[in-house]
This record gives sequence, structure tokens and C-alpha cells, in this order.
Amino acid sequence: MRSETTTARTVEPGERKLLTGNHAVSYGAMLAGNANGGMVISAYPITPQTDIVKRLSDMVADGTLVRSRFIPVESEHSALAVILAASMAGARAFTATSSQGLLLMGELLWWAAGSRTPLVLANVNRAIAPGWSIWTDQQDSLSMRDTGWLQYYCADNQEVLDSVLLGFRIGEALRLPVMVVLDAFVLSHTSEELWIPSLEAVKRFLPPFRPELRLDPDDPRIFGGLTVPGLYPSFRRKIDRALARVPDVERRTEAEFAELFGRRYEPVVGYRTEDADVLLVASATVARTARVAIDALRDDGVRAGVIRIRRFRPFPAATLRAMLTGAPKLAVVDRNVSLGGEGIFATELKSALYGCDPRPAIHTFIAGLGGQDVTVDVLTEIVMQTLRSERPADDPQWIGVLPERSAAGVEERP
Amino acid sequence: MTTTSLPDMLSIQRFGPGNVNCGGCGMGIAMKLALETLGPDTILSIPACCAAVSVGAFPNSAVQVPVLLHAFETTGASIAGIRAALEVQGKTGTNVVGWAGDGGTYDIGLQALSGAAERNDDAIYVCYDNEAYMNTGVQRSSSTPVGAWTTTTPKGKPREHHKKDLIAILAGHRIPYLATASVAYPDDLQRKFGAAARTPGFRFVLVQSPCPTGWRSESKDSIRIARLGVTSGLFPLIEVFDGTEWVVSFAPSFAGLDEYLDLQGRFSTLTPEQRDNLRRSIERQWRELRARTTGEPWRHAHGEHPDDSGTD
Repeated sequence: MRSETTTARTVEPGERKLLTGNHAVSYGAMLAGNANGGMVISAYPITPQTDIVKRLSDMVADGTLVRSRFIPVESEHSALAVILAASMAGARAFTATSSQGLLLMGELLWWAAGSRTPLVLANVNRAIAPGWSIWTDQQDSLSMRDTGWLQYYCADNQEVLDSVLLGFRIGEALRLPVMVVLDAFVLSHTSEELWIPSLEAVKRFLPPFRPELRLDPDDPRIFGGLTVPGLYPSFRRKIDRALARVPDVERRTEAEFAELFGRRYEPVVGYRTEDADVLLVASATVARTARVAIDALRDDGVRAGVIRIRRFRPFPAATLRAMLTGAPKLAVVDRNVSLGGEGIFATELKSALYGCDPRPAIHTFIAGLGGQDVTVDVLTEIVMQTLRSERPADDPQWIGVLPERSAAGVEERP
Repeated sequence: MTTTSLPDMLSIQRFGPGNVNCGGCGMGIAMKLALETLGPDTILSIPACCAAVSVGAFPNSAVQVPVLLHAFETTGASIAGIRAALEVQGKTGTNVVGWAGDGGTYDIGLQALSGAAERNDDAIYVCYDNEAYMNTGVQRSSSTPVGAWTTTTPKGKPREHHKKDLIAILAGHRIPYLATASVAYPDDLQRKFGAAARTPGFRFVLVQSPCPTGWRSESKDSIRIARLGVTSGLFPLIEVFDGTEWVVSFAPSFAGLDEYLDLQGRFSTLTPEQRDNLRRSIERQWRELRARTTGEPWRHAHGEHPDDSGTD
């Protein structure tokens, strides 16, 4: 989320356009491709992602995206395999997917991080079947938590476009793949006014991708070979060390981005956190709705604020520790669940804050699964319930669940 | 076609000493011959298979061209990606070659292979066919022949249904160039790799690859077994242009089937009735081939072995 004030030295506002979240991705990828003098895109259709690659297919065909290849493959698995190989051969490369498609890519998500290919993948958050659902929740991307990809959860369409550019820049600097995540329909199919930067400005921000090591007959090398136990841990450690460098690289990159474009991004964004008795911790568009809820609560004299977690991987533990040590109550809203466990952001947050002294009480909520709306009313109730509760419940509180049937098969009234 | 003498061939070390193939591995011979023909401006993509291991463990490589080792089912997609990357960088002339076993081609990689073939992506896909999952210790694939032992077609439970007709499947994709080759006919094999390298679009070469480990045969017999596979008519050497023009490279004598089978322990439990069935299936295979090649003169492979004079 951008801070409320933009820097005064905006160099390049660009062109103002009304775009859906999906088309914001398309424009971001197009600019990244053109800044590189071409790129490789491969994709497979899946609702609600398809608009992203439809537009990119058009852009390649009509030359809006210069000297690029769009490869329409027979599965998401192949889409990621194509761009992974293309990246190994020295190309900037992009794909987009959603839900089942991301799960099908699972094997190669690991492969991408393991081979240090700085791909950018836009994932439109969609629930996982069955029950068959095309609506938003975060289960798809969060189940790929451990694969070594950076994950950014966006709250508006400008942030979506900008995150594609930031993703290529940060990913290529560290040779790590980056997932830009946006909510199904809430962002993907909703139009917002946003700035499309000029190519000249993007070129100043995002240098061409020219990897030193690649598939090159003039300098033959072998990639991905059998790795003996004596070496394997060192490779894993190198990936982990690269991820540990994200906060530093990101801070400098985001500062440069703000200088050029006048929009500043941060891994964690606080809103009206001063003197708060309770902080609502959320991500993506739920955190944006939360600001509306908190404004109304503040008007009623309730001291509440919002913490939005924009970067999920690597998890901004140090930042959160600095912001939340000594905070009173946290209400964590997860649009996902680790079945048999709890919300995934909640687990990560508890782990990050374990050593804090004093440590805030952490109340956890599961809300909005399968695209159920997380409204201002829902978030207001979560805040009020957290304020009323003396201590957190043992288990996460599920919002919007129908009453269970009794043993006799008769629906019990709440 | 250029013919290279054996000493010359050995002096070209694009696939050199240090590879860890088993003695008598047909794939190793095929890779040496293929890389000699394709030349240094070649990029290989190898999925999980024997070749992924035998080219050498990190940081070593026995292959003197760049190699991408990739996931099992991705060969077709990866060669599409490599070509696309070269194109957007303005690089031309490189042979982009997928090199996969039968498991990675007939089975788990068939979908990506079909995708690359139907898009007519500009690459060469090579399947070295040893008729089972040999790298994991001899499990049946859809290329395992009727009656052959594997660890998942144990004695008493052999494969009963026909092996998959991959050539027909690929011909159905109307790809510009499709060929079969044998390590027992190196001149023919190299001629076909040369033809593949000169043809734009999607090209496929199926190489029968004897596997002493999985076929339960002697390493010294690999070339003999490969030759008998061709002379017996079991493994036809053919080329298919645009999926429609079928050309037989070598007219077999239809002799040597029993010796082919007797040299391989994997066929040790074949009954006389099963051998007769195999003969009938070879006859049927050639009836179908003749129908497809009607009106076309049969080409004869260069360097034909004196014992292999055709009778048709």
C-alpha cells in the first residue's frame, strides 16, 4: 500500500487509464518486455486470469510488445516449463495463472527457485476445488509458501502494475522468481484509474536482463545436474541467503521507484496505528476494506488500526517485530486456512512475534474463503469481538460458516 | 552425407569419456553420433532419464554443448522455451534438441511433446527408446513390447496389449520431419540427424536403444541386437515427411527374430505361441507400412550391412 503522501519529485506520471487488475498486469508485463527489447510469455487459460494473457497475446501479435514470443501451451505445467527454459537461455520471461493452474505448476515452482530463474508470475488468487469455485481466496498461492518464490499481495490495481515492474527488478537482482498476487474479481475484473508509466521511465528503472550464466553454445555449461549430499545443502542455503537479502534490495529499489514514479511501496504498511487498542492484521484487498472499517470505528471513538502485510515471502518478521512489540491486541484476518491448523498469516505472525516482550495477544479469524465477501461490517465485528475478548480463543474463529446440522439431521439455529 | 571414419569419430569428444553410461548402452552411442552430426552450435534439454545421470554429476559434464536438465515431463515445453528465448535475442542457427527416454516421451512427457509438435515449434526431439523405465530399475512403459519382462511386468504377468504406436501419433501431428534410427546403422542415423537439422519446424527422431541392464543382454551384443531388431522387421527404419509421405529407409530380410529374442533375458519366458504372435504382428506392421508407402520408391540406407540385403 502506498503511503498517503507521495514524493515531490515525481519524474514521470505517464498516462492515466482505467484498467482492470488483469490488464494492469498485462501493461506491467508489456513494459517490462519492451524495456528488455522483447520477452517470452507462455500461458494456459484459467478463469479469472485469462484476460491477462489474452491482452498480452494481442500485444505480441500487433507489435505493442516488441520482438516477443507468446507460446500458447497445453497446460500450466508446460507454461512454467517454457518460461523457465527461456529464462535459462537468457530471456526475460513471464506467465500468469490461478488456483488449480498454480497447483499444477507446483513441481516447477520449486524448479524455478532452485535454478535461480528470475521469472515473474501473476497469480490471481482463486479458491481451490472441490467445491468448485472461481472466487477469491489465498489458498493457491499460500500453499506454495515454501517454494522459494517472493510473494507480494496487492491491494489496488496501480500496485498490481507497479509490482510487476518491481518484481522483475528485485527478482533479477537476486536471481529469484517473484509471484505478484491479486484477488480474483475484486481486483482482476474491477476497473480502477491508474498511471501507466512511459517506456522511457521504465527503462530507467528496469535495466535489460542479461544473465552471465545461460544456455550458450559459445560457453557451454550444464545446469541442474545431479547434486551429491555434500553439495545440496549449500545450494539450498544460497537460495535462503538470497531471500534474506530481499529486505535490503527491496528498500533501495522501492526508494528508487518512488523517486521515478512518485509511488512508494513497503513490505508492511500501517494505517492509523497510533494509540490503538487493537490492530487488524490483513492482506490484499481485505486490508483496503479494513481502512474503511477503521475510519468509522475511529469516528465512534474506538482506537483501532490496520497492519497490511504486502510481502508474504520472505516473511517480513523483523519489520513486524519492530512495529508490533508492545502492541496490545492483534486481530489477524486470514482468507486462507491450513486445514487442521489455523490461518497461514496467523501462524507466520505468531512465529515472528514469539520472542517479543511484551508480546501482543493474537486473536485469529478465518474469513472470506471461496470469495465470500469480507465486508466493513464483518471487519468491524472482528475488531469489536477482539476488544471484548479477555484472551484469544484456542482455535481460530471462522466467519460466515453455516450452522452445523445436529445428529438428527436437523439444522441447529445459531 | 559425410561419413566419418571410426578414428575421426572417436576424436570428436562432444560426448566424451567420463559419462557414466552402462557398457553397451545404445543411448550413449546415439548421443555421440548425434552430437557429431549436429555440431557445436547445439543446446540439449534432458529430462529425468538415464542421460540426465550419465552426462555427469555437478559440476562435471561429459557433453561439450550446453545442457539444461529439466523435469521429467517438460522436454517438449523446454525446447519450445529455449527456441523462443533465442528468437527474442535474435540468435539463429542453433540446434535446440530435446533428448528423452521412452518414459519421458511415450508416457509422462507425451502431453508436452504433443503441444510442441502441434505448434510446430522449431526444435528436434529425440527419444532414445529402451522400452522401459531403465533409470529407475526396469519398470514397464507404454513402449515395453508384448511379452517382455520388467519389474512391473513380472514373469507370469507379461504385457499383453500392444505397445503404443508413437510414430503414428506423431505422424498424426503432421510434423515436417519424423524418423526412426538404429545405432546399428550409424550412417543412416547420422543422415537422419543431418536431415532433421536442415528441416525447419518440429522434428522427431526415435532411436532404438539397446539396454544391457534392462534387456538382460550382454554389453558386447548391443549392436548385434539392434541390427537384428532392424533385419527382423521389428523396428522399421523409416522417415515420414509432413506426416503423410512415408519412406522406408531400409528393406529388411525378416530374418533374425529368434536370435533377437534369444539374446535378451527379458524375453526368456516367451512361449512358441507368443513368438508366432510376434511374427504375425511384424507382418501386420509391414502390411500397414506398405500401404502407407504405396507409390513411393523405397530408399536404401547408406552403408548397408552385407548380411542385410532386402528381399522385398
